[in-house]
Amino acid sequence: MAPIASSAAGFDPRALRTRFPILDRKVHGHRLVYLDNAATTQKPAALLDALRSYYSNSNANVHRGVHTLAEEATGLYEACRGRVARFVNAPEERAVVITRNATDAINLVARSWGATLSTGDEVLLSEMEHHSNLVPWIMLARERGVVLRHVPITADGQLDMAAFASLLSRRTRIVALTAMSNVLGTINPIAEIAEAVHGVGAVLAVDGAQSVPHLPVDFQALGADFLAFSAHKMYGPTGVGFLVAKPELLERMEPVAGGGEMIREVRLDWASWNDIPHKFEAGTPNIADAAAFPAALDMLEDIGMASVRSHERELVGYALDRLLGLGWLEIHGPLDPDRRGGLISFVDPEIHPHDLAQVLDTLGIAVRAGHHCAQPLMRRLGVAATARASFGLYNDRDDVDALVDGLVAARKYFGVA
Amino acid sequence: MIDRPEVALDDLYREVVMDHHRRPRGRTPLARVDAHAHGFNPVCGDDVLLSIALDDERIVGIQVQGRGCAICTASGSIMAEMLPGRTVSEAEATSEAFRGVMHGKLAPAGVDLGDLEALEGVQKFAVRVKCAMLPWVTLADALRAWRTGGAEATSTTEQELGR
Repeated sequence: MAPIASSAAGFDPRALRTRFPILDRKVHGHRLVYLDNAATTQKPAALLDALRSYYSNSNANVHRGVHTLAEEATGLYEACRGRVARFVNAPEERAVVITRNATDAINLVARSWGATLSTGDEVLLSEMEHHSNLVPWIMLARERGVVLRHVPITADGQLDMAAFASLLSRRTRIVALTAMSNVLGTINPIAEIAEAVHGVGAVLAVDGAQSVPHLPVDFQALGADFLAFSAHKMYGPTGVGFLVAKPELLERMEPVAGGGEMIREVRLDWASWNDIPHKFEAGTPNIADAAAFPAALDMLEDIGMASVRSHERELVGYALDRLLGLGWLEIHGPLDPDRRGGLISFVDPEIHPHDLAQVLDTLGIAVRAGHHCAQPLMRRLGVAATARASFGLYNDRDDVDALVDGLVAARKYFGVA
Repeated sequence: MIDRPEVALDDLYREVVMDHHRRPRGRTPLARVDAHAHGFNPVCGDDVLLSIALDDERIVGIQVQGRGCAICTASGSIMAEMLPGRTVSEAEATSEAFRGVMHGKLAPAGVDLGDLEALEGVQKFAVRVKCAMLPWVTLADALRAWRTGGAEATSTTEQELGR
């Protein structure tokens, strides 16, 4: 394995690239410049090896059977839970529910904790939420007559904290916010928010899909009640996500799916539930991907999340300078790299984001174009769509330079002076 | 290193397409609107507002509004230029033939696709087929609503799924 030499950020992104087989491939004859990490990250060879090793050596169903393979599979699956608990400093392993993805985890909170709400109770969200942190609450509002309120954003794409303070009230039962916007990159002050939320007796659910992969996240220090995130955005496999929650809240919640695994005793017309977290994990889970995920966590822990953040902070600062330097882009979100994670949404007023992304693709540069599953935010920003470049561990200034050259090439191609 | 994108891009953005994109036709408001519909592509947020003036069964004017990429804009512009003068059933035949081309079929004999032929290359870029079809999906809805005497129709490119 290539050594990761030290640099200002504590590691060398270029050396790290050799660990990701896909980064060797060419796209339309060019080196792949992968800048869609907010959608999903690429996978290191160690993760692919772990997947293969699981199926080659240990495959069996979990939590049942006494044979050797069943014991190994259960051990690997539960080891994932333990590793994730340590990674985000959960109070106990029981605090970690293994789900399909962050969306699944938020839906679990909305359906299960949401079932304790009644007509007139309020759920407080924000204008910058991903559909995954809007739609489950819209479903709850339709079912239970719950009122949805939304914290507006300021002109520079931050939560309007004065409005937040005035919207938060004794009627508020749940506050559900992203820790880092997938469109604006804004890093929200979750710890400060958690204190205010608990002050009115509500619970705080945090969408950590973008924050957990890119920032040091300490669940207990944050003070959140629920934290949702996906393995596939942190160099892990698709199909595995996590809900980290205060165990005393999980104890009080009803399961939302019934079946095998989640029960203690079943009669023909009656059942009792397993202990937490298992009562939320009905059916055979995604064992192989959970078993493999620690290989991605190994990499993140070797590098250290503080180094991950400082690398991406440095890179987003450089990218902001270069993109602003072009002079024609509209850039959404805060311009201060200290308040922004490693992603930038932008619009060339003369070229539709789809056309822009198409030209960049022919140059091997992968960016996202569209509404980023945040249609209400697009409406608030007054755009139909944006292009978005989002960074990962293996990106460096060369990738930013390629993007900037690509944006210039697109203007040339479309005949924009 | 990066100078000019590959030539493959020219399959998508042919000269005729770029011309319609830069100077879209059919933007002028109509004196009278007999059928209209709002089309929306949930994949990218693009939308098309179509207004149509009819003289009996004959289309006499089309206005296209909304925001779209170069492909969507060009497709709407070509529609606004080619359909006036055609009957509703001729317009529907054109629409079906164009949809066929977008899904890899040959245009049937006797249907003149005119400038739409310049969009033929879109079929190689699967995700962009919806961009090209958005104005046409919207047209179909406007005409359906007009036939049944209904009010404004709303259509989405999701109706393109599985076709």
